[in-house]
Amino acid sequence: MPLLKSAADLDQLRSDILARRDPARPSIAVCAGAACDGLDSAAVAGAFKAEIARHGLEARLDLRVTGCHGYCEKGPNVVAGPDDVCYFEVTPEDVPAIVTATLKGEVFEDRVYKDPRTGALAVHMNEVPFYKHQTRLLIGDNPKIDPMKIEDYIAVGGYAALTKALSTMTPDQVLAEVKKANLRGRGGGGFPAGSKWETTRNAPEKTKYVIVNGHEGESAAFMDRAMLTGNPHKVIEGLIIGAYAIGAQLGFIYTRHDAPRLVEHVKAALAQAEEYGLFGDDILGSGFSFRAELHFDVGIFVSGESSALMRSIEGNPPEPRPKYIRTSVSGIWDKPSNLNNVETWANVPQIIARGADWFTGIGSDKSKGTKLVSLSGNVVNSGIVEVPMGTPLRTLINDIGGGVRDGKGLKAIHFGGAMGGSIPGHMIDARLDFDEMSKLGAPIGAGGLLVMDEDTDMVEVARYLLDFLVKESCGKCVPCREGMHQMLKILTNIAEGRGKKFDLDRLADLTEVTSLASLCALGKTSSDPLKSMLRYFKDEYEARIAAGSAAGSPAI
Amino acid sequence: MSDIVLNIDGKDVPATAGMTVLQAAQQAGIHIPTLCHHEKLEAYGGCRLCIVGVEARGKTSHVVSCLYPVESGLVVHTRSEKVDKIRRVLIEELMAHAPDAPELVKLAYEYGADRNRFEKEASFCILCGLCVRYCAEVKQKNAVGFIENGPRREISFIPDVAKDQCWDCQECFTLCPTSYAQAAYMLTEALAFPGQRKAKSPTSEQVRVSVP
Repeated sequence: MPLLKSAADLDQLRSDILARRDPARPSIAVCAGAACDGLDSAAVAGAFKAEIARHGLEARLDLRVTGCHGYCEKGPNVVAGPDDVCYFEVTPEDVPAIVTATLKGEVFEDRVYKDPRTGALAVHMNEVPFYKHQTRLLIGDNPKIDPMKIEDYIAVGGYAALTKALSTMTPDQVLAEVKKANLRGRGGGGFPAGSKWETTRNAPEKTKYVIVNGHEGESAAFMDRAMLTGNPHKVIEGLIIGAYAIGAQLGFIYTRHDAPRLVEHVKAALAQAEEYGLFGDDILGSGFSFRAELHFDVGIFVSGESSALMRSIEGNPPEPRPKYIRTSVSGIWDKPSNLNNVETWANVPQIIARGADWFTGIGSDKSKGTKLVSLSGNVVNSGIVEVPMGTPLRTLINDIGGGVRDGKGLKAIHFGGAMGGSIPGHMIDARLDFDEMSKLGAPIGAGGLLVMDEDTDMVEVARYLLDFLVKESCGKCVPCREGMHQMLKILTNIAEGRGKKFDLDRLADLTEVTSLASLCALGKTSSDPLKSMLRYFKDEYEARIAAGSAAGSPAI
Repeated sequence: MSDIVLNIDGKDVPATAGMTVLQAAQQAGIHIPTLCHHEKLEAYGGCRLCIVGVEARGKTSHVVSCLYPVESGLVVHTRSEKVDKIRRVLIEELMAHAPDAPELVKLAYEYGADRNRFEKEASFCILCGLCVRYCAEVKQKNAVGFIENGPRREISFIPDVAKDQCWDCQECFTLCPTSYAQAAYMLTEALAFPGQRKAKSPTSEQVRVSVP
């Protein structure tokens, strides 16, 4: 394979790849994302392969096994090119008909989207309701890319941003562009990535590290995995650009030990990028060298917390560090370490390629760009959704999500997993914005959106989420270990009809102290769901306690 | 180089770079309660009792003084309604496990904590980690460690090490605010290596009698 030694080499390679490819040629993209994989999309892909072989169609029809397309609800997903005909819930039996139709430029109507009310067909991706209200800047390339093939990424413009940064920009200019874009961290806090980069860059230590947090432990969040598995090069490209701006020579990609396909894709992507001269020594002849290693978690939720993650990379138990010093100044082995989540890194190439002005044109006042959202719960269409920041939740839930399942009413919208919060359904016009959602008590977090219908028991939701966190607390500090333990006991009592009059008082004290005094973010935010519920659904808790005492449990 | 001056409870307190707020306060004779702190050990930040309010760069926040570094112009409040409330609830949480531990009883009196606020689960250990850390950092024996996580966390003597090391040391027994370390050791001995402990001076009977 070609070792690229300059920006011109990469441009030449891209032209060569594109010259070999006929954009009008029929193609089949089979989704192998986590949900489709679970629905045995491998059998569908196998059937396509066999069908193509049987009729000797290799020269006429391309077959790609890709990362997540997004519409998990209707998997296995297949997209047929050249004009993006979407097939849903495809079985191996459908394959001959889809192949025949695709070659003829026709549509196999049995498996295209049918409006549940009108029965009208939506054939192409830009007509399917789930897709047409989205702005898929990050995940949109997934159906076009075989994650095991770097040429697929280069063909869609991949590594052009890295080339631009290395050959036409200084590290300071790259940093300035990211700051100007006001890219805010997608991992939960929404902290400006540029400022964080700058802190690490300006830290006096010469050795600096950059880290991809691909742990994604937040419950009901599954978009980072889709991003990193489906398009690993985009994240790696962002990481290399960041390393260049920050002045880091070594990076770490920290992810889950239990995601074999993700691991396979990232490993292959790093190896291929190095083979092409896009990673490793003297990248594209620029003199800048950078390497990254893959590291795995040990199956503990808190390993996603930045300081715990860094302890884990050092080879220590993943306990959060208690010090009041930012990891961007003193992180892995006390060296300045800049950590961003998968989606944050994935945003970097487009900011460099298209400019901060383009990026800030998308989104709301203070939250720019798009956001990946994992949509699940009692919603008609679950899946991975990408919309501009500032999009009303109504668009997400009703237009894209198809509304609440079984025609039921919307009771609550929960964001941010076990450390997030719930708002009542009537707040559906709130906008997907870091600050707005935070203020309402349901911070976006990493972007797991859970739709809850009218039958949802809000005491049980808080109890369930807390039960998860209690098991994940490391147990080091008192307010997290004991506070959550007591909250869980009280909630369990309320849920089982043994609630007492003073329980709400005790819960208020426990939530306040746990969030003020805990050592790390897990404890500090562990009571956020409960706080949001006591804010919006207190009457439900009171009624439950009253019902319990009426049923015979003494109300002290 | 006493180049830093911070303000603790209205009093200007000198400090040097690298000190924590707790150290500066102690040096100035200002008392801040602690449970997991020990001057020979690295700051741990586990009990959170030493939490204080700080005003820095126009922002007020709550930090644990055993870890928070001093800085010039920092304004610290070691007591406030909020700080007292946090300490009270933390003490109440710990009293569910060790309701009669003398240090907790004393603190409960000072902060008006109700020892019966939360359902009792008398494990006697409050997981301050003094035994574990002292054994690791000062004695460098690691005869006792933490096992499990979250509310299931407990200290555990490692029989193979404890058998050879503990009897002639016992220093963690006196550090323990609830006397649980001693009980845990005796239980480990009884279950894992009865009659097999190594000891230079086998005056065990007297000590054994003193164990409840």
